Amino acid sequence: MNHLAIAPLLLPLLAGILLLLFRHTGIGPRRVFSLAAVLGQVGLALLLTRATSSGDILAYFLGNWLAPFGIVLVADALAAWMLLATALLALFALLYACRGGDTRGRHFHVLFQLQLFGLNGAFLTGDLFNLFVFFEVLLLASYGLILHGGGRARVRAGLHYVVLNLAGSAVFLIAVGTLYGVFGTLNLADLALKVAATPASELGLARVAGLLLFAVFALKAALLPLYLWLPAAYAHTSAAVAALFAIMTKVGVYAIVRVYSLVFGATAGPLARLVEPWLLPLALATLLVGMLGVLAAATLRQQAAYLVVASVGSLLTAFALDSTAGIAAGLYYLPHATFAAAALFLLADVIASRRGDSGDRLAPGPAMPHAPLLGGLFFVTAMQGVGLPPLSGFLGKFLLLRAALEHPAAPWVMAAVLLAGLLGMIALARSGSLLFFRTLPPEDGAEPLAAALVPVVGLLLLGVAMTVFAGPLQAHVASIAEQLSQPYHYVHAVLGGRP
Amino acid sequence: MNLLFTILTPFLGAILVAWISRCGRSHAAWAAGGVGLAALAWLSPLASGPFSGMTHIQRIAWMPAVGLDLAFRLDGLGLLFAGLILGIGLLVILYARYYLSERDSLGRLYAYLLLFMGAMLGVVLSENLIQLLMFWELTSLSSFLLIGYWREREQARQGARMALAVTGAGGLALLGGILLLGEITGSYELSVILASGDLIRAHPLYLPALVLVLLGAFTKSAQFPFHFWLPHAMAAPTPVSAYLHSATLVKAGVFLLARLFPALSGTWEWSHLVGGVGLLTLSIGAFTALFKHDLKGLLAYSTLSHLGLITLLFGIGTPLAAVAGVFHIINHAIFKASLFMAAGIIDHETGSRDMRRINGLWRFMPHTATLAMVAAAAMAGVPLFNGFLSKEMLFAESASLATQMRFGWILPLGVTVAGIFAVAYSLRFVHDVFFNGDPIDLPRTPREPPHWMKVPVEVLVLLCLLVGIFPGQTVEPILAVAAAGVLGRPPPAHDLAIWHGFSPALWMSVIALVGGALLYGARRPLFAWHERHEGRLDARRVYEALQRALFAFARKVTRLLDVGSLQRMLALFLSFTLLLGWAGGEMSGAVGNDTALTGPRALLPVDGVSGLVAVALVVVSLAVVALHRRRFTALVLIGVVGLLVSLIFVKFSAPDLALTQLSVEVVTVVLLLLALYFLPQHTPRESRPSRRARDAALALAAGGGMGTLAWAVLTRPYSGIGDWFLANSVPGGGGRNVVNVILVDFRGFDTLGEITVLALAGLAIHAMLESTRLEGPRQDADGRAWNRDAHPAIMASFARLLLPLALLVSAFILLRGHNLPGGGFIAGLVTAAALIMQYLANGVEWTHSRLPGNLHPVIGAGLAIATLTGLGSLFLGHPFLTSTFGHVAWLGDVELASAMIFDLGVYLVVVGATLLILIHLGLMHRKDSGSETAAVPEARRWKP
Repeated sequence: MNHLAIAPLLLPLLAGILLLLFRHTGIGPRRVFSLAAVLGQVGLALLLTRATSSGDILAYFLGNWLAPFGIVLVADALAAWMLLATALLALFALLYACRGGDTRGRHFHVLFQLQLFGLNGAFLTGDLFNLFVFFEVLLLASYGLILHGGGRARVRAGLHYVVLNLAGSAVFLIAVGTLYGVFGTLNLADLALKVAATPASELGLARVAGLLLFAVFALKAALLPLYLWLPAAYAHTSAAVAALFAIMTKVGVYAIVRVYSLVFGATAGPLARLVEPWLLPLALATLLVGMLGVLAAATLRQQAAYLVVASVGSLLTAFALDSTAGIAAGLYYLPHATFAAAALFLLADVIASRRGDSGDRLAPGPAMPHAPLLGGLFFVTAMQGVGLPPLSGFLGKFLLLRAALEHPAAPWVMAAVLLAGLLGMIALARSGSLLFFRTLPPEDGAEPLAAALVPVVGLLLLGVAMTVFAGPLQAHVASIAEQLSQPYHYVHAVLGGRP
Repeated sequence: MNLLFTILTPFLGAILVAWISRCGRSHAAWAAGGVGLAALAWLSPLASGPFSGMTHIQRIAWMPAVGLDLAFRLDGLGLLFAGLILGIGLLVILYARYYLSERDSLGRLYAYLLLFMGAMLGVVLSENLIQLLMFWELTSLSSFLLIGYWREREQARQGARMALAVTGAGGLALLGGILLLGEITGSYELSVILASGDLIRAHPLYLPALVLVLLGAFTKSAQFPFHFWLPHAMAAPTPVSAYLHSATLVKAGVFLLARLFPALSGTWEWSHLVGGVGLLTLSIGAFTALFKHDLKGLLAYSTLSHLGLITLLFGIGTPLAAVAGVFHIINHAIFKASLFMAAGIIDHETGSRDMRRINGLWRFMPHTATLAMVAAAAMAGVPLFNGFLSKEMLFAESASLATQMRFGWILPLGVTVAGIFAVAYSLRFVHDVFFNGDPIDLPRTPREPPHWMKVPVEVLVLLCLLVGIFPGQTVEPILAVAAAGVLGRPPPAHDLAIWHGFSPALWMSVIALVGGALLYGARRPLFAWHERHEGRLDARRVYEALQRALFAFARKVTRLLDVGSLQRMLALFLSFTLLLGWAGGEMSGAVGNDTALTGPRALLPVDGVSGLVAVALVVVSLAVVALHRRRFTALVLIGVVGLLVSLIFVKFSAPDLALTQLSVEVVTVVLLLLALYFLPQHTPRESRPSRRARDAALALAAGGGMGTLAWAVLTRPYSGIGDWFLANSVPGGGGRNVVNVILVDFRGFDTLGEITVLALAGLAIHAMLESTRLEGPRQDADGRAWNRDAHPAIMASFARLLLPLALLVSAFILLRGHNLPGGGFIAGLVTAAALIMQYLANGVEWTHSRLPGNLHPVIGAGLAIATLTGLGSLFLGHPFLTSTFGHVAWLGDVELASAMIFDLGVYLVVVGATLLILIHLGLMHRKDSGSETAAVPEARRWKP
């Protein structure tokens, strides 16, 4: 019995439980343990990537109950890709938090590990209701993390976040209930088969349920018009948490990709490509509105938060192109966007801590100690954030535009993506020039820099690695996209030879 | 790999120089020079190739699947540009060493300069166009840094941002153009694209591709109407200007025109767009240059005009014009670099750049003056200087074209007028600065600069003369290979002689020279006229207004959408969901399928109990809405709703659900009551009627939609995995209570997730409330004081009596759960309710002194038990959470299942999390609350 598929869930869960039970141990050992657990997840993600990269799909039948009756975990190349991105991101976010942010409130490490449990679960599960459960785990853990450290703005943003997402959960349940009522199953693979064979009399209900599900995923992904919870929540929470949350919107994106390629994908008969008419226009609008937000932002953290919104727009644009090239472009872009946004959140915090009362406000402030180094890092991070050459941001954009050329809406996609790049560039050039060029005399007192910058540099180096190894990575994401375009393999792995 | 190293050397060198510069200025300069020479050394072994007609292409696989490899190309054009970039770059490095004052960091300038040099080399040596574009954008970024070098200056910052915005935007357009070219030809490699000229020109995508590429080229080369950024880029230190505006940054645009000449040129669109824009820029630049009092401003506009000239030459489109274009690229690079350097020397030595003040410098710096005058003569197009030759080629081409097309006469007229102005502004540069009376009120007394500062100028001026006098011996070979590189075939016959006989071109030159002198003579009234009309049409103002408008628009849109209102977010979410749901239903109707809302299932008759409960549910729910401002009443009514729902569960034979609902209801209401205590007692009416109407409409639509959906689902026959659960509960799960077997076995993983959620809720609320202290009100809503007897004796006694009973019941429910209604969740809630009773009846302190108030271990243990139960099966070789069960005879044939241990975990988490939340809500108003803090040993708190 190969337990590799469940290991990325058990590790953070057990780590979280142990951290809870031994919460009075010194912060040092807890940090080491937490970091070790995350490192372990990186290792597991790598193992899973290797196990799935040749096209194998691992199905893990929990409780030994066969699908579709029990819950099944499915580790395919896409899931492994998401796990890897999550684990790498978490590693650097946690490193940053271990500088002291983790002691500003309760239970940081417990919440952090359980958040990873939720994330990994959402990526691995092959069951719609179980996905709901993991969304809840995610939601509660992230709620706790948003509030970490306290403060008025955080509590307010956290409240908005949790209430809105609870409404989302309710709609999720309604949609799942409807699907279960119509098809009598919750297993994604089984649903894929049943949806493809929907009798005419049930088409309407199935379509409604499928679209309601889309509303929930769009809320999680922060797609226009449902992105409004994001800027405040991300801009006000602590830096490490904001950095980790760079992957949170991608859970929604992942769910969209998974469900609308597997269940309502090209092979779903009359329900094929259910969300396609909605996805592309909304994604492009999200991209542009997000970039306008980047322009309008008054603080660097807000700017980073809006960049996350814009990146969701780019990502979903890629996935909306409904071609393997588009999906591959999106899959390449996804970890890039995640790492870039996280790096910017962390860097914004480092900068804010060095500007006295000015914080991260985009206004002239005191000159920072180590400004050249910070400025250089900001320059690279900003380039990554808006996709300027030569790093992974540009390659992602290039792949996206290249894929878009085959689509009938190519002019719109091109115009929106290029325009968004321009807006982002103007905005970040302004930020950089306000933060680093236009300075007042320096103030005294700076905390040590190196420890704070290790995670930032690490995240940027991930982008460099994605650039250097762009060829193999591109081949890998192309094979994932290929696998996604043939849901048959997934269904077969879960249900075996049975119909 | 030489080409790769040629490009990489400056990039790596930039880091090296930045690092070395801490050792001193000279070290930095030597290092920067060394880097430039090293790059040259990498390039030189290949330099002979283009002269023998070879094109070097070097390739490293990168992303071959999408046509993006690192591919480098060295042909004549690339060689010429690489030579200019490195050669003038080295001179600028030398010059900057003496130009920059001690206050400014030389290392930083060199680092930026080398970055820029590497990017430029990348542009001119790329075979792959996407790769070219990447370097193109890097030139924009590094020039941003260079222009903004004096970052404390407002002008520098603005100029840098403007340059970045304009050239960066152009770069994005260029990306689009290249993608289209790739789409047309199937490759991004120049070898393919240059050979596919006919295919490209005939393609329907030709025009968009052309326009996008030209946008890139024009913004970079500062062509009208994107010319405005260039004069503002003069805020850079002069060595930077000398580099950027002679041989490099702005030349990248014309380089692109030259590079893609075989692929794109030769159409009506090309000649009109490129030629027209070139002519306009040529004229505007030349005209404006005359009126600039700033030395560098004059040179900036002159640069514009010469770039326009080159663009015009490529726009004309004949092979000979292209040769002339390449020739002028060389000439302009040489004389403009030397002029900028001369201007820098003057600025450096006098402290001013205002030509109304710096007069008569001949007396102070005759050596510099001589050099500047030679270069200015080249700029004016005086015979025997290099500028004359290429300009005459332009005159010749424009004259020959005049008769070939409608309005062709505009061309010679335009270029001649521009020539007149060029002579005039060159004259002004020479006469105003070096003669024309005495200096006025200069900050410093001018003198000759250090020797080594003049050396670069001397080298360049010498080149001006050599090329001007002996063109055939000096420039012809490189011009021929470069032109061959542009055209893709050997260039047409051209004669670089100074004397061509009495051709129209000669007369145009004469007119330009004489007219220019006359114009300069009449400068005073002209200046006066210009001053009156200055600033009428300023592209920069348009740009700034546009930028302001953009930011204002962005703020407006963002503020309009993002007001931070939860109500709005919820309204948007509901509306969006409703829209999707409606669209889903509507689409089905449109398709015309038979998708009746009501399914075929036979409806049951409405019995009295169901009807009554349904009506009651509706009435009570409405009452909650109506009375929501009276919070206490509303809460009681919510409790009633919950009870009614549990009655419905009973009616439909779902005792497990009913029990769960009942216990959840009790616990929830108690928690809400505690929360109410801290809320303001009065709820003001905050929403406007319109808002309330909107919300009511949304609520009705959402409720209606939900009802419709439920109706549609429930009226359909159901067939699914449910039957399998019923059939397998006993044989597979060892329990007769199917609901419980599903919860702890079939879908035990869901339950594990849900208890994690519960635990997280407890932890999160604990984390939030721990540091929160709120004053509770001293009176109730009507102003009556709370009862002083907080813990009435009767209630306390009853609660104490009830506790063991309740615990017994919960243990019973827990144990029988696998076979009969019950289970860990319900049992946990019952226990929690019983313990909550103690807190309510006896107070927190009393209870704490008897019960462990520390619930984290309980939660942790619960999660651990549930997880370890699942892990157990792993060691037996089964998947996580595989259950087993068996009969234990000695207990009286009781059936025990491993899933029951899992249920114990559920029980503990439910108890722990519920009480944790409750206790911390209750403790919030106590200033010295005994919540779990690391400082106080736990034992002392619960055992006083």
